[in-house]
Amino acid sequence: MADIARKNTLSRTTSSYQVDDSGYYGEFGGAFIPEMLHPNVEELRNTYLDMMEEPNFKKEFNALLKDYVGRPTPLYFAKRLSEHYNAKIYLKREDLCHTGAHKINNTIGQILVAKRLGKKRIIAETGAGQHGVATATVCALMGIECVVYMGEVDIARQAPNVSRMKMLGAEVRPATSGSRTLKDATNEAIRDWINNPENTHYIIGSVVGPHPYPDMVARFQSVISEECIWQLEAAENRSYPDIVMACVGGGSNAAGMYYHYLDHPEVRLIAVEAAGLGVDSGESAATSVLGTKGIIHGSRTLLMQTPDGQIVEPYSISAGLDYPGIGPLHAHLISTKRAEAISITDDDALTAAFFLSRIEGIIPALETAHAFAALKYMDYRSTDVILINLSGRGDKDLDTYIKYLDRYAK
Amino acid sequence: MQLNRLQQLFAKKQHHILNIYFTAGFPSLNDTESIILSLARAGVDLIEVGIPYSDPLADGPTIQQSGQKAIENGMTLSVLFEQLKIIRPQVEVPLVLMGYFNQVMQYGEKAFIEKCAEIGIDGLILPDLPLLEYETYYKNLVEEAGICINFLITPQTSEKRIRKVDELTNGFIYMVSNSSITGAKSEISEKQLTYFNYINEMNLTNPRLIGFGISNHETFKTACKYAQGAIIGSAFIKMLEHSDDLGEDINQFVKMIRGQNQN
Ligand SMILES: Cc1ncc(COP(=O)(O)O)c(C=O)c1O
Repeated sequence: MADIARKNTLSRTTSSYQVDDSGYYGEFGGAFIPEMLHPNVEELRNTYLDMMEEPNFKKEFNALLKDYVGRPTPLYFAKRLSEHYNAKIYLKREDLCHTGAHKINNTIGQILVAKRLGKKRIIAETGAGQHGVATATVCALMGIECVVYMGEVDIARQAPNVSRMKMLGAEVRPATSGSRTLKDATNEAIRDWINNPENTHYIIGSVVGPHPYPDMVARFQSVISEECIWQLEAAENRSYPDIVMACVGGGSNAAGMYYHYLDHPEVRLIAVEAAGLGVDSGESAATSVLGTKGIIHGSRTLLMQTPDGQIVEPYSISAGLDYPGIGPLHAHLISTKRAEAISITDDDALTAAFFLSRIEGIIPALETAHAFAALKYMDYRSTDVILINLSGRGDKDLDTYIKYLDRYAK
Repeated sequence: MQLNRLQQLFAKKQHHILNIYFTAGFPSLNDTESIILSLARAGVDLIEVGIPYSDPLADGPTIQQSGQKAIENGMTLSVLFEQLKIIRPQVEVPLVLMGYFNQVMQYGEKAFIEKCAEIGIDGLILPDLPLLEYETYYKNLVEEAGICINFLITPQTSEKRIRKVDELTNGFIYMVSNSSITGAKSEISEKQLTYFNYINEMNLTNPRLIGFGISNHETFKTACKYAQGAIIGSAFIKMLEHSDDLGEDINQFVKMIRGQNQN
């Protein structure tokens, strides 16, 4: 544990849940990166806010979100699910985004950043392949070279997305070190960036990595809750729900879903993480329970590690949640009790995926299924309005679902 | 304050300084002692002891794999400190610890610095510790403990930042030879020479050692023309990997780098 007191300064920003000037959320965040990455990260840090505020940037970003991604995505009242759980449940349909998940909100934003920085080559890491596909897509859209790093294990379990990336013209490079999953793909992408410091932009796929990435990605994803506010107004005549829920791998769909509710303490924030075979099984990715303070991918946050500081290889059936850390914003939200974390096993997630398919006619991504599985473990009132981020669709997981069809489809 | 071994070295020697890096716990858990003693006997000027890490972002495959093996062999920071405590009184060569900051955090930053001072570690290389964090939280502790911190610069580091690095460093500046992760290469390009010259003309107060991609006598010699010396890591680890007589092979390796081979 750190034994040096860290001051918790907040200036300029008005909210205590926004990143501060030095790149921290409370005691989490910062940029613990080798010198080789410093110029690129510093360039981003110095330019991202001005770039994003610039009218032409906003115009281009919003136009692409509308015409290319298909935003706004519906906020759908799930009637049968609501009856089953005895609450008012609305689903934010990010699964209806082009490419099938929320990930593209961020890649559209970052490809515009890359273009303005004059970068000619894009790299990305991917777990479930959704971020890889979303990155390959925007690179095709802009005619920019794209290399995606993906763990060997994930290449096998998310085969359809590997083919999609290739069809979109991206090169998929297997990460063969460590657990050969998302953490290792991220390591390889960072090493690629070190080797190609001048022409390359790294599009990180979640609210992780060194500052300013967590804040930049959260801002691009914040369109999710921005839409929820007026959509809920129209549907329920209130802007603020009682509860919002999302699954958390690195935490980008959750960050987007929470963003405009962060400073409204009456809105409960639920972060659902992957317990794998069970929190105590040794095969888990439940970072809020198993994690301690440390550094992963350039950020001071909660992560699963040995007492000696070696990063532990996580496990989840869901490639997108199979990550030993969480973004620093979420580490801050959870440790200050602003957000409640719930851990969901593979078994519960599969049950929830099959249940949602049958009760609402929506096949969710395995990641997303974790968020739905959490409903049965929560306390709420029957009058509560609950928003769940339906972060992605299940096409990419069909091989896994088929394998379990006999066991779970009742 | 009294100069430590590293500072004494730079006070008396300004040319052809050879720094060899190895990953502690590789090839076997208890090779640390014979590697350090053999390197000292072969006449290297300083030794950089790598703390093996599961996720070394700045390192290429050779150092990654040696670290993985070392962790499997049971190497931890506490084990390493125990080994170094026994080795330190046996050699006079300066010892520098290299590791990623997460490991220091888990040990406890203050406890780590105190332990280094107690054992007689002369310097630290912590590639992912930000300059500002160091200056704000750790500089006083490190300097009071009589330990040298050695920061990195790369061809992309701005002049302003190089000046800052020079101000905070109190051992040597680790000049990363080109934009890359670690790994042995066989030659040095024109572009790199321009960068070496440019840094030379900055008249920095700290000595400089060039690292990353230095692998043989040729590249060592070139690096020494532009800086006080050089650092060799991956090429040394590759040699260790295939060695069945550490003492003899290490001796031969150092001779090869220095250009003192018989043939
Ligand atoms: C559909 C879907 N949801 C969630 C995630 C997890 O990422 P994050 O926590 O950044 O939203 C992924 C990642 O691949 C995903 O594909």
